[in-house]
Amino acid sequence: MNFLAAIGRMFLAFLFHVGRLAMFAGVALSHCVRPPFFPRLIGRQFVEIGYFSLPVVGLTAIFTGMVLALQTSSGFASYVAESAVAKVVLLSMTRELGPVLAGLMVAGRIGAAMAAEIGTMRVTEQIDALTTLSTNPFKYLVTPRVIAAVVALPALVVIDDVIGVFGGFLVGVYNLGFNPAVYLHDTWESLRTLDVVSGLIKAAIFGFVIALMGCYNGYHSKGGAQGVGRATTNAVVSASILILTLDYVVTALFFR
Amino acid sequence: MSVAPKIRMVDVHKSFGAKRVLDGVTVDIGAGESFVIIGGSGSGKSVTIKCVLGLLRPDSGSIEIDGQETTQLHGYDRDTLMRKFGMLFQGGALFDSLKVWENVAFGLIQGRHVDRRGARDRAYETLAQVGLGSDVAMLWPSELSGGMQKRVALARAIAARPEIIFFDEPTTGLDPIMADIINDLIVKCVKELGATAVSITHDMHSARKIGDRMAMIHGGKLIWVGRTADIDQSGNPYVEQFIHGRAEGPIKMQVRG
Repeated sequence: MNFLAAIGRMFLAFLFHVGRLAMFAGVALSHCVRPPFFPRLIGRQFVEIGYFSLPVVGLTAIFTGMVLALQTSSGFASYVAESAVAKVVLLSMTRELGPVLAGLMVAGRIGAAMAAEIGTMRVTEQIDALTTLSTNPFKYLVTPRVIAAVVALPALVVIDDVIGVFGGFLVGVYNLGFNPAVYLHDTWESLRTLDVVSGLIKAAIFGFVIALMGCYNGYHSKGGAQGVGRATTNAVVSASILILTLDYVVTALFFR
Repeated sequence: MSVAPKIRMVDVHKSFGAKRVLDGVTVDIGAGESFVIIGGSGSGKSVTIKCVLGLLRPDSGSIEIDGQETTQLHGYDRDTLMRKFGMLFQGGALFDSLKVWENVAFGLIQGRHVDRRGARDRAYETLAQVGLGSDVAMLWPSELSGGMQKRVALARAIAARPEIIFFDEPTTGLDPIMADIINDLIVKCVKELGATAVSITHDMHSARKIGDRMAMIHGGKLIWVGRTADIDQSGNPYVEQFIHGRAEGPIKMQVRG
């Protein structure tokens, strides 16, 4: 019987968290459309999420593009024409790897920072202090981060796509000895709006997930330094899992 | 009494899971009065004022501010009510991402939409009131000592001239001299504002200094309420034990071996 009770407790805890998260997301979204807004805070978060993530995301993208070109040519050379390399790099970057890798990198960088910052504010009573100073903590802390992340991630992914394709180009031309003009032509010919747009929609969704999980875990953290540590871990892990899950869902919606 | 009390709590209960923290708190606090709640750690002091502030929602009972029932307020009404309050948190709870003057001006800029320059002037004035010069205003909270942080937090609590100010353990973590300076500042600021003050503390020296009236909380109930001058003749064994700081007596602290 104890075993069943344990399963029941776990299930109830799961439902509790899902419900609380859904309510959290609902409140956060409702504040996105209700004034007052905090443009300064949104701007600051945008710079933090978008601009300062560029080096990390750019590095990831260029090596991903390079590896893609190398793998495609060595792994599939016997099946497909060499011109397919450009196409594979472009499709993989715009549809999949651009948004997913940028999402995972930003989840590690920004989701963790959000959870740690808001978590520390929670355990040092700064969130209560906001309330006593007639400021809604959702409006001041959560909503600017959510808005900034939803806007910043697609912007990052556009740059990410370009850098990734450029990485593939570098390997294709300097390592595999392709003609640069032909490679660029192949890339251009394969470029389709739907691929890019679906990637950007994914990016916006991932941005929302990252900010939501970072803020949610931070907001509900308790118990001092250890609690903040746990919140940070949970924010990154849950955001990463949700990114990979939702990636499948969105892909299935777009390309079936 | 013909005038409604500033704060009236009637039979307020609050539990966390199976743990009963407030078990029927009933008290009236008059306008302009300085009321101090004393009690041991974990006796429900903080929960009491967090219920009044609306940071926690009581399970049952009523809390009236100026005769208005507040336990069911939401959204805009709650925000409006919040403007009557100021709170000094135990750890200061200063925003570490903002400079000292921005901390003090925060309630004015965000809560009351005073423009930045006006709020800044008010912040400097308020800092001067708590004995801090303009050189401190541009520092970050992390650059200040504990006593200075408490002063900044006090300035932030009173900057918007609230009607009711809450003090959560104002002297905890300070040396005796700084604690006394803070006590004096609290008395002075509350008097200047004509505000109602509700403090919670376990520091008897501080409680005697800032309180007009005192209440002792134990087991989730107020077991004694009276004037500060009368606390030595309370005749209540719990109060006697607490104010004299004796380990032996009716209060059994939960000490785990």
